[in-house]
Amino acid sequence: MPPTSLVACESCDLLHQLPRVPEGHTARCRRCGDLLRRRPRNGLERTLALAFASAVLFVVANSFPFLSFDMRGLSTQTTLLTGVVDLWQAGREAIAALVFLTIELAPAVQIGLILWVLGPLRFGRRPWLLPVAFRLLRHAHTWSMLEVFLIGILVAMVKLLGMASVVPGISLWSFIVLIGVLTAAISYFDPEEVWERLEAGP
Amino acid sequence: MSAQALTARAASLASCHDCGKLSRLGRGHAHDLRCPRCGAALHLRKPNSVQRTWALVIAASICYVPANLLPVMTVTSLGKPVADTIMSGVVYFIEHGDWPLALVIFTASVFVPMMKLAILVFLLISVQRRSRWRPVERTRMYRLTEAIGRWSMVDIYVITIMVALVRLGNLATIEASAGAVFFGAVVVLTIFAAESFDPRMIWDRSEPETR
Repeated sequence: MPPTSLVACESCDLLHQLPRVPEGHTARCRRCGDLLRRRPRNGLERTLALAFASAVLFVVANSFPFLSFDMRGLSTQTTLLTGVVDLWQAGREAIAALVFLTIELAPAVQIGLILWVLGPLRFGRRPWLLPVAFRLLRHAHTWSMLEVFLIGILVAMVKLLGMASVVPGISLWSFIVLIGVLTAAISYFDPEEVWERLEAGP
Repeated sequence: MSAQALTARAASLASCHDCGKLSRLGRGHAHDLRCPRCGAALHLRKPNSVQRTWALVIAASICYVPANLLPVMTVTSLGKPVADTIMSGVVYFIEHGDWPLALVIFTASVFVPMMKLAILVFLLISVQRRSRWRPVERTRMYRLTEAIGRWSMVDIYVITIMVALVRLGNLATIEASAGAVFFGAVVVLTIFAAESFDPRMIWDRSEPETR
């Protein structure tokens, strides 16, 4: 590897002759201040561990009821997918698809692709279809909105409290932890490090 | 390499939109070049960024009107349907003295989409007029629109959860209404609009044209 590498700022296109960024440090554009490069400490190992945890939490969050609702003896329970199915059956396919994309598909793709890339790399193998995986991962990041969904849950709970009692279920708690763990996994993930490792040797 | 402000474009280098690697652009055949590292198509700037962003911003602004005027959900309680718009949801919380929640809904559903559209229109006009006004601040405004757009989804999620929970036959049911579809369209269109805008255009105008 050369001691410096040439990098262009994504926001303003300014060229930088960037020395190797030490672990735990970030490099910013000297003209617009945008992030050029961040190298977290043990980034890939941490990301892999957190992605595994996310996968488990994701399955738990989807397997159990996350809210139940009681009104005059009548009770309903809902899983993450119930609302999507209801909307679809009521003829609101567009909304159902948007909700499915942002709270199910995109997060699942994020978790799956990180494991897909970092799993083989951990054992010194080159991941299959790496460019496609990175491209998809970037889009998945745009559309994954778990933290927004959490605010939606809180607002809905307050709204419904006026009508009846709302009880959080087990999957709500794992969902909240999932948001933290997945966010951490993404923030430690450094695709540039993956390319560097692949270019450094087989 | 001089320490002066030299951009990748001025040096005939294109950075890959997907992996960030810089590649030298030859003259003439700049159309079907691919990144040697990841295979993505290479462009100096996002193609037709201004036109695409304008089209998406205009489409989103059109959807913004029915999104706010039409009811987003209908609550049927004991046979009586009551239609809720986004603003009536805000008013509901204010009437119940729930100021923080009213503020959350108003910010996420009304203020954020409007501000996002306003910022994008401002950036588009400033780029088309070749403005040199405060490029650092304008770049930050762009990054802000990217970060806040997703929060408008709150109302869609609230509707989804209420639809799923309130299924009590004759006692009470909740349905999503047409306004919610337009509202979802606003969110999706503004996210695409922010993605199609190339912030490097803000800086291009303050440099001499080189090609």
